[in-house]
Amino acid sequence: MLNVYNILETIRMIQDECLDIRTITMGISLLDCIDTDIDKACEKVYNKIVTKAGRLVEVGQQIEKEYGIPIVNKRISVTPIAMLAAACPGENPVKFAKALQRAADTCGVNFIGGYSALVHKGFSAGDEALIRSIPEALDVTQNICSSVNIGSTKSGINMDAVKLMGQIVKETAERTADRDCIGAAKLVVFCNAVEDNPFMAGAFHGVGEPDCEIHVGVSGPGVVRAALTKYPDASINEIADIIKKTAFKITRMGQLVGARASELLGVPFGIVDLSLAPTPAVGDSVAHILEEMGLEMCGTHGTTACLAMLNDAVKKGGVMASSTVGGLSGAFIPVSEDAGMIDAAVDGVLTLEKLEAMTAVCSVGLDMIVVPGDIAPETISAIIADEAAIGMVNTKTTAVRLIPAIGKKEGETLEFGGLLGSGPVMPIKEKSAAKFINRGGRIPAPMHSLKN
Amino acid sequence: MRAVVTVIGKDTVGILHKVSGICAEYNVNVIEVTQSVLQDMFAMIMLVDISAINADFSKLVDSMDSLGKELGLSIHTMHEDIFNSMHSV
Repeated sequence: MLNVYNILETIRMIQDECLDIRTITMGISLLDCIDTDIDKACEKVYNKIVTKAGRLVEVGQQIEKEYGIPIVNKRISVTPIAMLAAACPGENPVKFAKALQRAADTCGVNFIGGYSALVHKGFSAGDEALIRSIPEALDVTQNICSSVNIGSTKSGINMDAVKLMGQIVKETAERTADRDCIGAAKLVVFCNAVEDNPFMAGAFHGVGEPDCEIHVGVSGPGVVRAALTKYPDASINEIADIIKKTAFKITRMGQLVGARASELLGVPFGIVDLSLAPTPAVGDSVAHILEEMGLEMCGTHGTTACLAMLNDAVKKGGVMASSTVGGLSGAFIPVSEDAGMIDAAVDGVLTLEKLEAMTAVCSVGLDMIVVPGDIAPETISAIIADEAAIGMVNTKTTAVRLIPAIGKKEGETLEFGGLLGSGPVMPIKEKSAAKFINRGGRIPAPMHSLKN
Repeated sequence: MRAVVTVIGKDTVGILHKVSGICAEYNVNVIEVTQSVLQDMFAMIMLVDISAINADFSKLVDSMDSLGKELGLSIHTMHEDIFNSMHSV
């Protein structure tokens, strides 16, 4: 039965505590669009996306009205484009990126993710050409996101790909230097990438997924923080319980919206991604939850422990609330997208090393971190390798989304605006890892990959 | 199918009348009303039956929104499913 307290609580969460559905993402398989003629393939890609997702934005808006809950982004994820590019050797894969951009414009979606390649064990046909085309693709399009999986627990880390991605990240930033290096903010390097992730920039539609499905990503750091402020003297296990209950409510809303979207679009429901995704808006910060737990500032000693507890409690609460949980599921810590993280980074309390430790216990990895523009590509590669090693050994997804601030150095700031926020240039180590990176080859899979 | 209309804001003459007037216009039956006025603040929660609604539910939402703007009140019109799913297992 409905009661007044519950109704007002829901409305307060939406109105005052920034509760929203971060994204409805439609995953679309493009495997049936493969063609040896790249122009024909592009046409098929455009037609399939527009046919499947033509009503996505309209349905999203209808659900917003029905339940009074904002749905911030409507997105599409597609089969890694490297698989389509493999059939067209010698052609420039950027044609696919342009076709995706056309489809994004027609459908009115915020992003299409899937300009991707999966090279965790090695490069197959199309992979290297696609990776080398990423800087151009992200330069000439606005709403396309790219990701590359360079490692996994089962296969180890492809160090040739790690080396290449260091160069690609730098080049992407350089090509978009006049737009605050925005290209690099749309490119993410994964270890253990998931196939049903609704969040950008890392979303792609895995080959094991059905032809078309709907995923939902929820958000709600503000709600968790507001719940905690009511219990200033609670013990940590009591706090964990409060977070679980709050995560349950947030996820139930995601489940409801996903089920409704799937019904209205006539497409199967994929997963709810139970993530706490911050935005730069006041009151929508994961760092502030950690501070509410008792840290003077996010990034100080104790941060990793608080984050580990938060991440676990969010999952425990969310799992019960949804029939199918998937994606990345956990707390996100993108520096430039989180008001509390930005403050902590500006103050020098939150450093790259601390962030690396934090990524061992939470969802994803080094996310939206601005580094000096003169960073060597090998240094970017080394940061990617470190982060991938954490993912590989801990059997979890890790990612790196670094933005080299071309022409800027420590103390300066990059302003992206919107959901991407702004980030101070963070210091990196001066000593080189070039010799290690230039060795190439592959880091073998860890012992515990041999589970069979 | 039911929806919940919540109205919060400064008390004036005829709020209930105007909100229920819109309900009648859309053939939406009012099932239950809880209302209180604390000092100058008016708070009302109305449970309505929308199964016989004569237009799109989103039209009702729009009408309530514009009434809210006109009267300077915050009016939310939401399908009851969101409350049921969030607050019950």
